[in-house]
Amino acid sequence: MLIKLLSGDTPRSGLLAVLLLVILISLAFAPFLFPGTRSLETAAKICIFIVLVASYDLLLGYAGIVSFAHTMFFGIGAYGTALALSTTGPTYGSMIWGTAAGAIVAAVFALAIGLFSLRVKAIFFAMVTLAIASAFAVLVSQLSWLTGGEDGLNYSIPREFKPAFKLVDEKIFDVRINGKLLLYYLVFFASLILFLTMLRIVNSPFGRTLKAVRDNAFRAEAIGYRVVWYRTTATVLSAVMAALAGSLLAIWLRYTGPATTLSMEIMIDILLMVVIGGMGTLYGAVIGATIFILAQTYLQNLMGVAAEATSAIPLVSTLVAPERWLLWLGVLFILSVYFFPSGIVGRLRAGRT
Amino acid sequence: MSDTTIKPRIERVPATEQLVQKLPVLLVPVLALAGLLAIGNPSTWLTLTVAGLAMGMMIFIMASGLTVVFGLMDVINFGHGAFVTVGAFVGFTVLAWLAGWTASPSVLLNLSALLVAILAAMLITGGLGYAFERVIVKPVYGEHLKQILVTMGGLIVAQQMIHVVWGPDEMHLSRPEALQGSIVLGDAAIEKYRLVAVAIGLALFLAMRHILKNTKIGLLVRAGVENGEMVEALGYRVRRLFLIVFMTGSALAGLGGVMWGLYQETITAHMGSEIMVLVFIVVIIGGLGSVEGCFIGALLVGLLANYTAFLAPKVALISTIALMVAVLMWRPQGLYPVVKAK
Repeated sequence: MLIKLLSGDTPRSGLLAVLLLVILISLAFAPFLFPGTRSLETAAKICIFIVLVASYDLLLGYAGIVSFAHTMFFGIGAYGTALALSTTGPTYGSMIWGTAAGAIVAAVFALAIGLFSLRVKAIFFAMVTLAIASAFAVLVSQLSWLTGGEDGLNYSIPREFKPAFKLVDEKIFDVRINGKLLLYYLVFFASLILFLTMLRIVNSPFGRTLKAVRDNAFRAEAIGYRVVWYRTTATVLSAVMAALAGSLLAIWLRYTGPATTLSMEIMIDILLMVVIGGMGTLYGAVIGATIFILAQTYLQNLMGVAAEATSAIPLVSTLVAPERWLLWLGVLFILSVYFFPSGIVGRLRAGRT
Repeated sequence: MSDTTIKPRIERVPATEQLVQKLPVLLVPVLALAGLLAIGNPSTWLTLTVAGLAMGMMIFIMASGLTVVFGLMDVINFGHGAFVTVGAFVGFTVLAWLAGWTASPSVLLNLSALLVAILAAMLITGGLGYAFERVIVKPVYGEHLKQILVTMGGLIVAQQMIHVVWGPDEMHLSRPEALQGSIVLGDAAIEKYRLVAVAIGLALFLAMRHILKNTKIGLLVRAGVENGEMVEALGYRVRRLFLIVFMTGSALAGLGGVMWGLYQETITAHMGSEIMVLVFIVVIIGGLGSVEGCFIGALLVGLLANYTAFLAPKVALISTIALMVAVLMWRPQGLYPVVKAK
């Protein structure tokens, strides 16, 4: 049963299994284990980013396609839900049709980009998607009558998901069972289902063909696989998954704007998470997203301490200042591309023997 | 024995086909003419055209290094934007030091301050290019995926280092005295700085063309682009050539950075990555690796951006994307694709 749920793709490493289990349990019981608003926000963000990063890994790790338009699909999903909720009111119906509309628009966009430009070299595709994504971001910030421009959209969600809603009056394990908690579990279970779906996809014959196309497109074409078709399908699937992750973010934050969904920084974050966790293995997305977001949230405090300690040395204290955490992550990123091309997960799996 | 010599047979390309190959050259005048028809007012059109050409030239300066590096080394440098930013910051710092020169009314002193700033920026970005090639790019020749990832990592580190060295705030600087203001030509006002940008860009294009077409280094670079192994076998060190080209490309990015920074008069640590979108569009339109294509692409993007900014401001950035899509529909590999023997 468990093996079937994981689609036969077990962690294949003791330490990795333990890590994944710790992450799963922490996320599943986050409201009870780590009380406080900030930690719940972090946990929800981790859930959403696991889906987003896994969907990017579907493209980068399994199909070998470098796209810089992933945040565009993330944004389309988020704006779809946001627009539905803000125009037709906070009902479940608008939540559902907004999410569906976002996913469909993302699929159509991905299909167009894929059919149009996947025949060319990897470098070419990377540049084309970068250009399209930045144009989309500009478009969203310009069309302020629809998208709220730079300010984004604020909207309401169904009453049952609001913090004021109480499911039961007493506290359980000292935690109030309110709408926020319900919403967290909606995000958690939706993320879990999406992740398992993607695990199913990459371990299907389709996923194996993708790997064949990635490793040697010429040979795959020669034995009769339509390479462009496989690549386009991978692009569409990953776009839909990213859009769904975007919808989850939109519902969780009750706010959607360019900075939270479309910015280049998020794209770079996703890239870092995939590579540090390990390309070509969805568990890498789990590890990468968790480590990265924890670092983003808590490493800065640690670096602040380091900066205090070294404040006497001029250059060093600027280098370890809390704002410079991305510098060290960048260095780590370059080193991991060279020395651990398969990321943390690949390293752990290789060390098993 | 017969004394007939064997002559090489050169197949003549039919005139019509030659014309079709050269067709992209016509795009710039056609676009300028279309702009004139759409705008109507000749003096407005002149101002916009000079502005567009200046913008195009500056983008060309930044894009030329990138496209030559790709053509020769098959390396795409996503960190190219960092060189642009560093160039701008170095140039601004030098110009700030030379405030006495830039503020004086003497044109000669103004221009020499600009020259010193440009030389300093090119020297530093060239050196940075050396380090970048040795440390970051060298281990990943021939692997596109890793190149994209690693140079992206280099971009992040470089951007953060700019924050460390120059601080997080944006810098403002006015242009040297002689380059401020504009010349009035009939009814059209043309900023002096734009004319300087056009002159520098044009000079650079002609110099690059001359070096690539008529000198031995250019011959080796072109041969290296076609078939690196063969050039290596003839006893030339292609790797060293690569390094020199990479450093030159980085130095050109630095030059472009100074010029773009002075154009905007404000620079931030992110300016490089912002302008890179336009640079990539230009490189794609031109056909990766081609200097001529890059030049035409840059002019097209510059003109179109300025015309649309005047006619329909909201579609300005989308218009360049539309241009890219249109060009790729016509020629999927760009205007002048570089055919590689590999």
